[in-house]
Amino acid sequence: MHIDDSSIITTNNGKEEIKLDNITKIEGHGSLDIKIKDNKVKYVKLKITENKRFYTQAIIGKSALSLPLMTSRICGTCSIAHLSCCSEAVEKALQYVPTDQTILLRKLSLYGMTIRDHSLHLYLFCLPDIFGKDSVLDFDESQNEMIKRAFAIKSAGNNLSKVIAGRAIHATFAEVGKFSHVPKQEETKKVVAELKSIRDYVIDFIEIFYNCDFKLERDTDFVSLQTSDYSFLEGTIIDSKGESIPEDRYWDYLNDVVIPYSEATGYNFEGREYMVGALSRMNLNKDNLHSSTKNDTSRFLSAFPSRNIYHNNLAQAIETLHCVDHSIELLESTEFKEEHNEPVTIKAGEGIGLLEAPRGTLYYMLSIDKIGKVKYGRIIVPTQQNQIGMEKSIVQLIEDNLNKSKKQLEFEIEKLIRAYDPCMSCASHFLRINWR
Amino acid sequence: MLYRASRKITKLYSFIYWYLIVTGKKLKIGWFSFTCCEDSTMVWIELMNENFFKWKDLLDIRHARVLRKINKLENIDVAFVEGAITTESDARKLRSIRKNSKKLVAIGSCAINGMPAAQRNLFDEEQKKEIEFLVERFKQTDKVRTVKDIVSIDDEVLGCPMEEDVFLKILDKYLNEFGVINAH
Repeated sequence: MHIDDSSIITTNNGKEEIKLDNITKIEGHGSLDIKIKDNKVKYVKLKITENKRFYTQAIIGKSALSLPLMTSRICGTCSIAHLSCCSEAVEKALQYVPTDQTILLRKLSLYGMTIRDHSLHLYLFCLPDIFGKDSVLDFDESQNEMIKRAFAIKSAGNNLSKVIAGRAIHATFAEVGKFSHVPKQEETKKVVAELKSIRDYVIDFIEIFYNCDFKLERDTDFVSLQTSDYSFLEGTIIDSKGESIPEDRYWDYLNDVVIPYSEATGYNFEGREYMVGALSRMNLNKDNLHSSTKNDTSRFLSAFPSRNIYHNNLAQAIETLHCVDHSIELLESTEFKEEHNEPVTIKAGEGIGLLEAPRGTLYYMLSIDKIGKVKYGRIIVPTQQNQIGMEKSIVQLIEDNLNKSKKQLEFEIEKLIRAYDPCMSCASHFLRINWR
Repeated sequence: MLYRASRKITKLYSFIYWYLIVTGKKLKIGWFSFTCCEDSTMVWIELMNENFFKWKDLLDIRHARVLRKINKLENIDVAFVEGAITTESDARKLRSIRKNSKKLVAIGSCAINGMPAAQRNLFDEEQKKEIEFLVERFKQTDKVRTVKDIVSIDDEVLGCPMEEDVFLKILDKYLNEFGVINAH
């Protein structure tokens, strides 16, 4: 018995339906309904079917200082992004300025997460597509070395997060305004050695994704945070049409679009379809990658800017190297000290947190009352922002490939969805807006 | 300290496994995820960094949507179930997992005590009113339930995310119980 059966129904009046009841090798639950009539796509409905957990309601009345620990539970794989972004929003609301060391530790914890999370997506979800396998479990013995290296890279990211943030998933050291633990020299030395040991492996994987010929070109607006050191944390929002917006005005440029069949709300940017994530970051910000990364990837970097959605995978592969290189530099050049952090003072205020999570721009807006409780909040995650674009890309893919068999088409569609690296856990847990 | 201790235990386990006799028989497992943030799935996948090839020899992973498209829900020795149950259709799926599995292990906080996925159970009237139309539209049940509320379980791994060492011990227990590895 298969509980996740997908079905393709062909009716006798030229109408065809494809139902993918459970998209696999992505984070969380999603499904897809497609109707084709007379060689035209009637509709594509990408349904985020992850059941809502109503975080937007649940955060109301909670203590702002402990809120990051709660919202980190929105997502298992990118919990450090939620933790960091929520902390930033609370700090801004309380007008608290963290120390340089805290910011540095936050960058490093984001790097650890990104190495781990990109590895999960690239090597466990996408690599089987490139090698024509169903699963990483199906690779044969001749490919053991490659798989070993994939896990070694993922492990290095995991260990970097553990040393900096306590745990890779629902980290324990990161708090509003500080890190409760400062990494010791012997710990950082060990992590640096591990990161150095996997650096060449990362480059070999970049080559694999560079040589991959998957292609679907789209005219969409690419949006990302531009940071001077490609660190995902601080900077200005820019897009491929030349907009440049301070972080705290991001919301003004978005329009929310209710998608009735999906448990998530979609978004447009300035009324246009747009894309966030590694492809956007690489298209807009590749000049700011670490110098060692640029030196060793110039051949691959020539692919950007790119309109090919599958280049999101290549962009993630290159970003993995950047995370490794910049982490090595930061860890080798910094002497971490126990420091006295100014205590956080509670006051009423509003704050915005914004950073680049592995899958794209993550936004938190929080309003806090004078006793430090959350009045209301708004959280916008990358997958919501990519949902409209994903549907349009699927329409294009189907119309370009109507000659293919259903089975092939179904495979191609899943492959395309995976290229966006959607995270359904993140996407499904919010109401549209919650004003009080 | 904790990190080191857990690394040591993980290493000790891999050491033991290499010296165990692999009978060729595999433990047929399924990994299932309901409403949650899938953090325990991530921990399971992180444990593969060190255990992947060993588990490839010892486990027949018949159902794991996160790893493969072609999944089978039949004749499972041990089902690992993460997440809380928010809809009747998920409850039906869970019952069918129970029916097709000899043992069922609840994984992580949401599966075991419902939280934080069940946070709406604690909402006040005003909050409930706000989410009412969505609970209805997506056919969620009035209350979010735990795995135990729906089916019987044989073991549980607490934690948010699950405790790695407890999971490894339980897996080890079933590898022995089903005769996949023989310590002597």
